[in-house]
Amino acid sequence: MNEHGTPPQGEEVVETGMPAYGSTAVRLDRGHVVGTGGLPQRFENPGLPPHIPRMADLEEAAAKRAEKQVATFFGISALGTIVFLVAYFAIDIRTQVFIPGIGDANLSNIVLGVSMALALLGIGVGAIHWAKTLMPDTEVVEERHPLRSSEVARDDVVQTLNEGASGAQLNRRPLIKYSLGGALGLFALPFLVQLVGGLGPVNISELKHTLWKKGDRLVRDPELTPIKASDVTIGSVFHVLPETIKDSQHVLEDKGKAAVLLMRLDPVDIHVKKERDWGYEGIVAYSKICTHVGCPVGLYEQQTHHLLCPCHQSTFDVTEDCKVIFGPAKRPLPQLKITVDTDGYLVADAPFAEPVGPSFWERDRT
Amino acid sequence: MNALAARRRHPAAIALLLLVGLLVTGAAYAALAPKQASAATATADQVEHGKKLFLANCASCHGIGAVGTDEGPALPGVGAASVDFQMGTGRMPMTAPGVQVGTKKVKFSQDEIAAVAAYIASLAPGPAIPDGEFTDGSKGDPAKGGELFRVNCAMCHNAVGSGGALTRGKYAPSLRHVDGKYIYEAMVTGPQSMPVFNDTNITPDSKRDIVAYLHAIDKSENPGGLTLGSLGPVPEGLFAWVFGLGIMVGFAVWLGSKSA
Repeated sequence: MNEHGTPPQGEEVVETGMPAYGSTAVRLDRGHVVGTGGLPQRFENPGLPPHIPRMADLEEAAAKRAEKQVATFFGISALGTIVFLVAYFAIDIRTQVFIPGIGDANLSNIVLGVSMALALLGIGVGAIHWAKTLMPDTEVVEERHPLRSSEVARDDVVQTLNEGASGAQLNRRPLIKYSLGGALGLFALPFLVQLVGGLGPVNISELKHTLWKKGDRLVRDPELTPIKASDVTIGSVFHVLPETIKDSQHVLEDKGKAAVLLMRLDPVDIHVKKERDWGYEGIVAYSKICTHVGCPVGLYEQQTHHLLCPCHQSTFDVTEDCKVIFGPAKRPLPQLKITVDTDGYLVADAPFAEPVGPSFWERDRT
Repeated sequence: MNALAARRRHPAAIALLLLVGLLVTGAAYAALAPKQASAATATADQVEHGKKLFLANCASCHGIGAVGTDEGPALPGVGAASVDFQMGTGRMPMTAPGVQVGTKKVKFSQDEIAAVAAYIASLAPGPAIPDGEFTDGSKGDPAKGGELFRVNCAMCHNAVGSGGALTRGKYAPSLRHVDGKYIYEAMVTGPQSMPVFNDTNITPDSKRDIVAYLHAIDKSENPGGLTLGSLGPVPEGLFAWVFGLGIMVGFAVWLGSKSA
């Protein structure tokens, strides 16, 4: 066929006929075959493929064999059930045994699981094998009946509806009609409110502020003991919370925003002046909340100074102010400015300068 | 008893009594006195022996006098604990350079490792081999250790210590069935990518709790089935998708095929 939609002259259009199903199809195992070209005017219903009788239909021996196979599967199922019942009572539930490929494991659970699997699988496989080999396999065509109902039934429905409407006096009593409409319309609001309300907190400052404020001591998680600057040797990592976490009313929410990772690098390894200035003699504190979707970033590699987020492999370079060097995170981890108090303990010198954690719509709005 | 009482005035009695008293005191002291870390008891002979072993086995990478070369870091100050960890777990000596040194069959006897550790410790002060008191998990509190482990260790080593991947081919090794001494030494020295957890960050008592937690996990019983390395949802999901779906696809093909 050419671009005008007419069959090209001189080339025969092959019509797919009814008689032999698939007889005109091009065999795929003959290498490159040049087709005769052209498409039929319309595709005829190819009809059903010819019925191919099964072995079990032709030979009684094959049918007997299939019968035995089906019975074997049902027998395996019965055996599995018996093993399950015996094992349930016979095996002590605390017995541990070595099973090759698994290692030490609880014998009772393994035997119960395997025997029940065999019991169920035996019934299923046996039933399917039975259906495939012995049950009737004649092809049947069921014509689809028209979807449209008869005229009588359609008229009947319309009449019933009209009778119902006039019986309910909807048109005669507008007060009921409009009050019902109003009530139904209003009832959509609770769903809408939940949908919109679930998009985020109304109070955006919750997202923008953490517990940290100037003068808060850095304390160890989970002991909540303060940290002396001299305790943090080079190569150390401390998992840190603000000391005010112990008075928090919402510990998990506050911890989820205020968690901080404290590391000490050799100051010459820190390439960003702001990072050095916001730290204390090479001790730097960064938010532990990933800027991608908020997983705790805790995988600090002491030699490469890479911080890896375990969820999506975002990698931050601690020598470059936690710049993103790999992964889906878009912003560096926020740094917490720290200093030491008069007793030598590490304290926050300022709250976080930017919101921690993943992005949200109002993040840049003041 | 009467015979003994009759001889209590014998001239040798005083001397014998003194001897017995000294022996009892000495034995009691030996049994009860606080044990010193083995590095502290290093003799000059041991250091000399360790130096010879170092020159023969380690100096090609770490340099003569352990000052470090392009191939290996300088070692003064890493401490006896670091040597004991690296050589005792078979990580050192290295067979080939790579992003990470794995454990191998241990090449040296404990005496030889102690000698090299004594030599390295004699170069500059560093973390000593921990006292057995703090590496015995049976004396720790596994519940507190578990809490500390989940905060400080689990993000790399997995919540049950099965290990996990780091960046660019590096990995946090599995902590299953590891001697408490090596767990402790790794925390103190921070080998390879691991940060240091010094005694002010996690106290020796808390380190023992962490050892107790890991040893409690080692002893925990498998309720049944393949653990797939206890690595969590990724291998489990992969297994379910590949084998679970594979079996279902296989059954679907079988269901749809015509019987012969």
